[in-house]
Amino acid sequence: MSQTTTEIRLAGSGGQGLITAGIILAEAAIFDNKNVVQSQSYGPEARGGASRAEIIIADGPIFFPKATWVDIFLAMSQKACDQYSFDIKNEGIFIVDTTYVKQIPTSSAVAIPISSATREKFGKELFSNIVALGVICEVCKVVSAKALKAAISNRVPAGTEKINLEAFAFGQKLAKEALKNHNGAENEAIEADT
Amino acid sequence: MSRKSSYQLMQGNEAVAEGALAAGVNFFAGYPITPSTEVAEILADRLPANGGKFIQMEDEIGSIAAIIGASIGGCKTLTATSGPGFSLMQENLGFACLAEIPLVIVNVMRGGPSTGMPTSPSQGDVMQSRWGTHGDHPIIVLTPATVEEAFQYTVKAVNLAEKYRNPVILLMDEVIAHMRARVSLPPASMVEKVNRVQPNMPPEWYLPYERSATGVAPMASFGDGYRYHVTGLVHDAKGYPTANPNECRDNIRGLFTKIERGFREICMVDYECMDDAEHAIVAYGSMVLSARSALEQLRESGCKVGLIKLGTLWPFPRFALEQYLPQLKTILVPELNMGQIYREVLRVNAGKAVIEKLNRVNGTLITPNEIVKTVKGLIR
Amino acid sequence: MISNSQLVNKYFRHNKKFPHIWCPGCGIGIILGNMLRAIDALALDKNDIAFVSGIGCTGRAPVYVDFNTLHTTHGRALPFATGLKLARPEMKVIVATGDGDATAIGGNHLIHACRRNIDITTIIFNNYIYGMTGGQYSPTTPHGDKAYTCKLGNIERPFNISQLVEAAGATFVGRTTSYHTLQLQNIIKKAILHKGFSVVEVITHCPTTYGRINKKGSAVDMLRWQKEVAVDKSRADKMDPKELEGKIITGVLMERELPEFCEQYDTIIEEAQNQQQGKSK
Repeated sequence: MSQTTTEIRLAGSGGQGLITAGIILAEAAIFDNKNVVQSQSYGPEARGGASRAEIIIADGPIFFPKATWVDIFLAMSQKACDQYSFDIKNEGIFIVDTTYVKQIPTSSAVAIPISSATREKFGKELFSNIVALGVICEVCKVVSAKALKAAISNRVPAGTEKINLEAFAFGQKLAKEALKNHNGAENEAIEADT
Repeated sequence: MSRKSSYQLMQGNEAVAEGALAAGVNFFAGYPITPSTEVAEILADRLPANGGKFIQMEDEIGSIAAIIGASIGGCKTLTATSGPGFSLMQENLGFACLAEIPLVIVNVMRGGPSTGMPTSPSQGDVMQSRWGTHGDHPIIVLTPATVEEAFQYTVKAVNLAEKYRNPVILLMDEVIAHMRARVSLPPASMVEKVNRVQPNMPPEWYLPYERSATGVAPMASFGDGYRYHVTGLVHDAKGYPTANPNECRDNIRGLFTKIERGFREICMVDYECMDDAEHAIVAYGSMVLSARSALEQLRESGCKVGLIKLGTLWPFPRFALEQYLPQLKTILVPELNMGQIYREVLRVNAGKAVIEKLNRVNGTLITPNEIVKTVKGLIR
Repeated sequence: MISNSQLVNKYFRHNKKFPHIWCPGCGIGIILGNMLRAIDALALDKNDIAFVSGIGCTGRAPVYVDFNTLHTTHGRALPFATGLKLARPEMKVIVATGDGDATAIGGNHLIHACRRNIDITTIIFNNYIYGMTGGQYSPTTPHGDKAYTCKLGNIERPFNISQLVEAAGATFVGRTTSYHTLQLQNIIKKAILHKGFSVVEVITHCPTTYGRINKKGSAVDMLRWQKEVAVDKSRADKMDPKELEGKIITGVLMERELPEFCEQYDTIIEEAQNQQQGKSK
């Protein structure tokens, strides 16, 4: 794989909307004039089974459609976190939804209670996937916020664009706060070491 | 960023539906089955707006029967299914072969046999697509390797079906059907459309199975004033059942002859890095994606490896291999089955090069790294 | 009424080799002949008629007659006809099918065609047996009767085809026998004119297999039996169930008006096109 390739995996359980999130992320990459391939794997259940979406974004051609060496990983269930985190790069970005992921495999993970924060803010978890996109956008900058917003408006059901864009902004805000704490904590740890 | 750019994100199954519409398909009958259902859903939505028709039948037997009926009525027809449904279609597929009815079956392969692995990729139906229905018959089977090809090959499938009055199977694996990629599709007006040849003689002169110089007989639509007989019995040029050995021979041999005459046009093969290749990977469907990625790495490390990409599986494009056999030391055939095209490669190779297979039947893909490792092992 | 020689000249294929495949005494020819008389009486254009069949003795009916004819696979005449009718809604689509073809291997297609109420006329030639394969019991072989696959008597209960298709949603159901040829012509005429899925069940005889195995006598004896057991619906309505035991009620058993499939689909097309135009504005 060339230097410019980014492999992203969104994993959780069926019904959390992660395949939709993957499609939106992939479309945003096209709006950013990048090449992209999105694939998924899921079980027979419409709700509840383990599900994952993978997005490969590159400047050049993409052949193999599945992630093999993941740069960005989002886990929104404990099962998905345990099952699908084996091939994350050492320097990869690890984001977990602490609402459902209680055992976080690495201290470097960006830990945000995405689903519960969404429920508090919007009254239901329905928008967690879009909030997660806001988080990814803020943490990784792999696609532009402008492109993501355009893709969200394009892909969500008509009439729900506004609330989904609010959810996206909310995700960005959650990520900013988390990153502040995350980086602060890391700095503290470094200071403590020295 | 431009929302109006010609590039769009599209799923393989979506591209099939778009290809069908661009090729002029105006009738779809089907039955829901994972992982092909998106094709039915999209065409159920889109066909009526285009003046076409969609019907959800009681099963896949009824689905293929309905598209045969509609094709005889003059429609361009297509159905989409997966392994279990494809199995149910086999009897009427044979009917369409013998009665020479243009139609396209999209078979999105999932893990099998039986209910198998409904949401996992496989290439297990390669031989079924060739020999699934009983009796000697020719068949055309195309297999796309990218989302863009899913569009192009669907158009090609419809056109070949019309041109050769023969069923065409578009064999996809689940990966191609469900992956989304950035594609740029031509406008429908730019897509080549082939229509079946209609008779132009007075109805009383029309013999529905009298082959023209191309090997294909003109096909009248029911209701157009050419009253004729269509049957699944072996028939004479008038379409009537016959037991006359000469007429039976002409009927069955004629089916083969028309496909043999179109062999070069039907066969789609791409060659990548083959000019100086001493080793080849023969791949189709999703395995092309793994192979291309592997090829990049192998060439970077100096291995003289090339790729023969089969876009047509049946009739088997044997010339694609034959022309390179003198320069090849080894050939690797990676497949998501136990080695179905591998045997064809063995047959064509006739002992000249070393042929190796790489197989996977666990519902996951063979990765580029595995191909790299295997090829390197072979070279050594 | 059209004479026999006129009928033959007008409707039989001139370039088809005869004789037909049916045994001497078979009831299929009677039904086919009267179907042609009904079509002639309606003055339908031969180009507008599609005659579709499945497999079995009845499946061979279309090849002899000068319409658009389609001899399909076993049990599948109805889904073939469904696709054809949707492609060519202006055509009159008539399906000829036997009891085994329609209610055993094609049973699923039959009930779903009924449910859809697609404008197809289905004539079911019910002779209680698989004739072409030499006399095996079918879904309409009466309980206790014999066939070569139930030499000691049939232990399965038969379908009542007319009741079956009515329950499944057919909007016209008629029944008669191959003896009652005028009634047969009349019912077929009405069935063809009916907008929706119509079924005509014709009780007929197979002297070669069912008749011989069950000692029913000659073809003439079997026709005589049809005459004896048939009770017209108007008469049957006034009889009590006890009197009707062993009888076969004939006539137009049911007719109702419900939305037809192709017409409904046309409104779907219209709506979809309006929506699209709305979008493009």
